[in-house]
Amino acid sequence: MAETHSLQDMRQQAAIAAKVFIQRDYTNGTLCQFQTKFPTELENRIDKQQFEETVRTLNNLYAEAEKLGGQSYLEGCLACLTAYTIFLCIETHYEKVLKKIAKYIQEQNDKIYAPRGLLLTDPIERGLRVVEITIYEDRSTGAGR
Amino acid sequence: MSPGGGGPMKDCGYRQISTRSSSPMESPHKKVPRRKWETFPGRNRFYCNGRIMMGRQTGVFYLTLVLIVVTSGLFFAFDCPFLATNITPAVPVIGGVLFFFVMGTLLRTSFSDPGVLPRATPDEAADLERQIGNTEGLSVHIYKLCCPPPRRRHMLRINENTAKVTFYCFSSEILKEPRGVICSKKSNFAERFDHHCPWVGNCVGKRNYRFFYMFILSLSFLTIFIFAFVITHVILRSHRSGFLNALKDSPASVLEVVVCFFSVWSIVGLSGFHTYLISSNQTTNEDIKGSWSSKRGKENYNPYSYGNIFTNCCAALCGPLPPSLIDRRGFIQPDTPQPVPPSNGITMYGATQSQSHMCDQDQCIQSTKFVLQAAATPLLQSEPIIVADEPPLPGKTSLASPCAALPLGQPTPPTSMPNLSYEADLLPARQEQEGHHFLTPEEVPSPPGMLPAGLPLAHSHTMHLFDPASQDSLHEDSVRGLVKLSSV
Repeated sequence: MAETHSLQDMRQQAAIAAKVFIQRDYTNGTLCQFQTKFPTELENRIDKQQFEETVRTLNNLYAEAEKLGGQSYLEGCLACLTAYTIFLCIETHYEKVLKKIAKYIQEQNDKIYAPRGLLLTDPIERGLRVVEITIYEDRSTGAGR
Repeated sequence: MSPGGGGPMKDCGYRQISTRSSSPMESPHKKVPRRKWETFPGRNRFYCNGRIMMGRQTGVFYLTLVLIVVTSGLFFAFDCPFLATNITPAVPVIGGVLFFFVMGTLLRTSFSDPGVLPRATPDEAADLERQIGNTEGLSVHIYKLCCPPPRRRHMLRINENTAKVTFYCFSSEILKEPRGVICSKKSNFAERFDHHCPWVGNCVGKRNYRFFYMFILSLSFLTIFIFAFVITHVILRSHRSGFLNALKDSPASVLEVVVCFFSVWSIVGLSGFHTYLISSNQTTNEDIKGSWSSKRGKENYNPYSYGNIFTNCCAALCGPLPPSLIDRRGFIQPDTPQPVPPSNGITMYGATQSQSHMCDQDQCIQSTKFVLQAAATPLLQSEPIIVADEPPLPGKTSLASPCAALPLGQPTPPTSMPNLSYEADLLPARQEQEGHHFLTPEEVPSPPGMLPAGLPLAHSHTMHLFDPASQDSLHEDSVRGLVKLSSV
């Protein structure tokens, strides 16, 4: 039987074997991008392609959040004219994209990572420094406690 | 399962599941779960249950408020009735709008999070230190930036494939962005840090720079507006009843004129200065240090600038507003490790986080330019290279004195970093003579000519840690990295 776990199972019973941290990639300046290098600890857990796909999508989403374009300018000007009180009513473009990112991560966890005993943590919870991947112990091989 | 502390946490279903039942580093978890702002490291003050975040010394901020409110109040009370009837009712209306704008932006600037970067969790820090310790495939240069011994404020430039310019700061244990800086007043690391403004009672950083700029701009307009119309008022009155009588009839005008007269120079000057900074996409720090100044050398240009003034302005003022990263009002999850320094002896600085006063005078200056300059020097030298950027300037020393008095703690050699530690320790202590490399002017910076002279920017040392075999490729890589960065 494949080593599938449901998220509920993991939360309640699993022990953490290790954590991997995907650091920020500053090659293109201070934009929020994460490194796509595949960490060795995940080698026997997940496909390299899949992992890179996840990180790349995340990078694209963050790029979209920070994009300087018509919409962000419009939002900025409007906010300025209202002495920024408008932010009490509507949420900024960045926040909207962050919600999208949270949803994406949850979806990835449900579909791809949790069945393999992995868990992605939303980078916003780590101050946009790292993408934390928690590796849970694989109980089917009887490792650990 | 996590007990009670769910609360208004963000909707992310995953929390770390810890099999350790009690984490000693947690704040004592009583019945009432504590919010994160209550245990936030650094010298900040929080109000309204974490909604408002300010610096510690707020006295000057209240002065600012009082000055603005009182002057405007006097204007509306004493001058506006006359002006409304004799010139046009639009005068008080415009004044009102300006006043509303000024107060709104001031409060926004003062109360918002400037872009503070939260400190790393212990797991993260341990992982990074492990990576750094493992030199296989990593090129690491140490830049010792303004660290008075024994603080060991090492900044590791981490180059994996050439052009990465990242810094790992041992003190806050995070991989830092090139433009972030630690604010001495609040010992927070803020992204795109500009300066700490005592008038506003808060740091000015990435998130609240536009509010700050709009504040000083609108305050300039308000000041000039009040000044002009009060003068008009007095002149009109004195046409009717003589100068002295006019002054007797509206005594408040004198006070307003005096306040406005003295403020207008500094405020308008400051607006002009920040307009210049925005259009060239520099921060106050960078300008003070002359990081991107063409006087420094030929390869000097600001990699953050977009190339044209319009784009720079738009990016600074109308760009997307990043969210606050520190989640002040979230509840502390009992099973989530809080960012305290790991107790396993890895850290260089030991109790920095608990003794937050140690962070105060510590300013780690990071600028990409600095890195480029340091990296541009031949990389294959074996002795430390000292690059003194500026002669120690006779700056304001008011910041220096409190710094001098603070104990700096134990010298804790980074024993867990086998490759790095001895190198770092070798760097002679003479380099830290200046002691205080403060970034932020004590007060709001005035126009360039009047800037309190800043920062004896430290020395950088490029050290090599690797076997000579890899040095050639290292050199090549770094040069390529330089070229890549230069083309930004």
